Amino acid sequence: MAKLLVEDVSVSFPLYHGESRSLKKTMFAAASGRMGQDAKHRLTVEALRSVSFSLDTGDRLGLIGSNGAGKTTLLRTMAGIYEPVAGRMVVDGVVTALLDPGQGMNFELTGNENIRMRALYSGYSGLQIKTLQEDVAVFSELGDFLSLPVRTYSSGMIVRLGFALATDIHPQILLMDEWILAGDAAFLGKARGRLETMVGHAEILVLSSHNPAILMQWCNRLIWMDGGRVRADGTPEEILSAYLPQEQFQEAKAAADRAAMAAA
Amino acid sequence: MRPARPLSKPVVIAAAHDGRSRVVSALADLRESLRLWPLVWTLSFYDIRLRYRGSLLGPFWLTLSTAVMIGAIGFVYSRLFHENVAAYLPFLAISLVLWGFISVITAEGATCFSSSADMIRSRRMAHTVHPARVVVRNLLVLAHNLAVIVVVFFIYPQHFSWSLLSELPALALWVVDAFAVSLLLGVIGARFRDVPPIVGSIMQIAFYVTPIMWSPTMLVHRGLGFSLMLIDMNPVYGLLQIVRGPLLGQALDTSAWINALCYSIVLVLASFLLFVRARPRIPYWV
Repeated sequence: MAKLLVEDVSVSFPLYHGESRSLKKTMFAAASGRMGQDAKHRLTVEALRSVSFSLDTGDRLGLIGSNGAGKTTLLRTMAGIYEPVAGRMVVDGVVTALLDPGQGMNFELTGNENIRMRALYSGYSGLQIKTLQEDVAVFSELGDFLSLPVRTYSSGMIVRLGFALATDIHPQILLMDEWILAGDAAFLGKARGRLETMVGHAEILVLSSHNPAILMQWCNRLIWMDGGRVRADGTPEEILSAYLPQEQFQEAKAAADRAAMAAA
Repeated sequence: MRPARPLSKPVVIAAAHDGRSRVVSALADLRESLRLWPLVWTLSFYDIRLRYRGSLLGPFWLTLSTAVMIGAIGFVYSRLFHENVAAYLPFLAISLVLWGFISVITAEGATCFSSSADMIRSRRMAHTVHPARVVVRNLLVLAHNLAVIVVVFFIYPQHFSWSLLSELPALALWVVDAFAVSLLLGVIGARFRDVPPIVGSIMQIAFYVTPIMWSPTMLVHRGLGFSLMLIDMNPVYGLLQIVRGPLLGQALDTSAWINALCYSIVLVLASFLLFVRARPRIPYWV
């Protein structure tokens, strides 16, 4: 049983550099209300402010909100990368985070070396590394490119490699950013199949996306982030009808229905 | 099929304000790095491989360039200092190789977190992997340079004594100190971006005031008393001497050991305390 509890979590980024105290910045800060000061009077950007929710097995949470609303920061915080400044999280289950296509790959190393590195991060041993290498080679269809440095790849190829590397079949808690839904059409068909298997098997899914149809199709709960706070929390239909203009909402609903029909 | 993941216990990630939980997290980070030892090794190995990818001699350029430098400097300076080449060259070879290790550790240590920013922001992992990578990478470089020392010793044989046994604890102390200094400078360098160049210039001064090109015995007969203070108080001298002395057939130097141990304790403590305090902030800084 997986569980993810986020309690009153706040995250703020310090702005250390001298220009952060300039008049322009201060004016901007006052206007947007997103800037704060910490105990030592350093300027900070408050990326998350007292965010609370809890997720259990079976929950499929979607995050929406405008750019800079704190969706990615929230995903990174849930992945344990940024430790909160206030509040706490309890994570019960293995977390798989698909946050960006590069995923800490070293672009100077070859594809195979990067696969090996990834396997070692996860603490795999000799045989498991070999299995992973074969699996990624087959799925990404990169063939001989895997023995070339990643910097020689096209951006589409990097997405393929990143996708193949990151998509464990059985993640318990899956955190995804929307990059995963980008890629060339031919690969996307294949990727989608795998992604759907993964999403289906994940006990908890958290997906950040701007695509309402995907959110409606995959999620059973949505959180609307605004200015680092939870603005609304509810079913996809409720939240999207408030978030989107009416005609876009109808369009998205129709698209999601069509996809559901096709899947059934 | 992918291998199954191990089952995990619930993890609590909280904004830690009390000292005890901070220490516990810092120790857990160190333990995790030890467990990830194969990763640290592979990262270091790939670093060396990348540096020399496509070159004919590969990492043996390290050996060759060190050999050329030591040969050239050795012959010129033995004349300048009126020293016997047979005595000066072994001294210089060991000193320069060891100094190379120290100065690169401080330079690369100071950027160990900021240069791994992508990795740090892509997933949760032990932060101490990064300083450990700097240390292991430079131990690999050191191993390549040892070949030069072996050749010099072959040409100018030294008379070793039992003190040679003290090399083992001395090298162990070096590894611990190298890790501590990378961690310390890495954390400071991640937060204050001016630190890496400052460290560079301090190390440049240290090179001249530390007996590396010159040995203390060269000063004694000139009556340069004040310079001896440079040696007694110099944090690098003790560390250098505990490795260099026995290799040149000198007896165990107790005062150098005391000097090295005292500075090491201070360094390790400072480094650990800073890490305990700053660990959760590193991803925000890089």
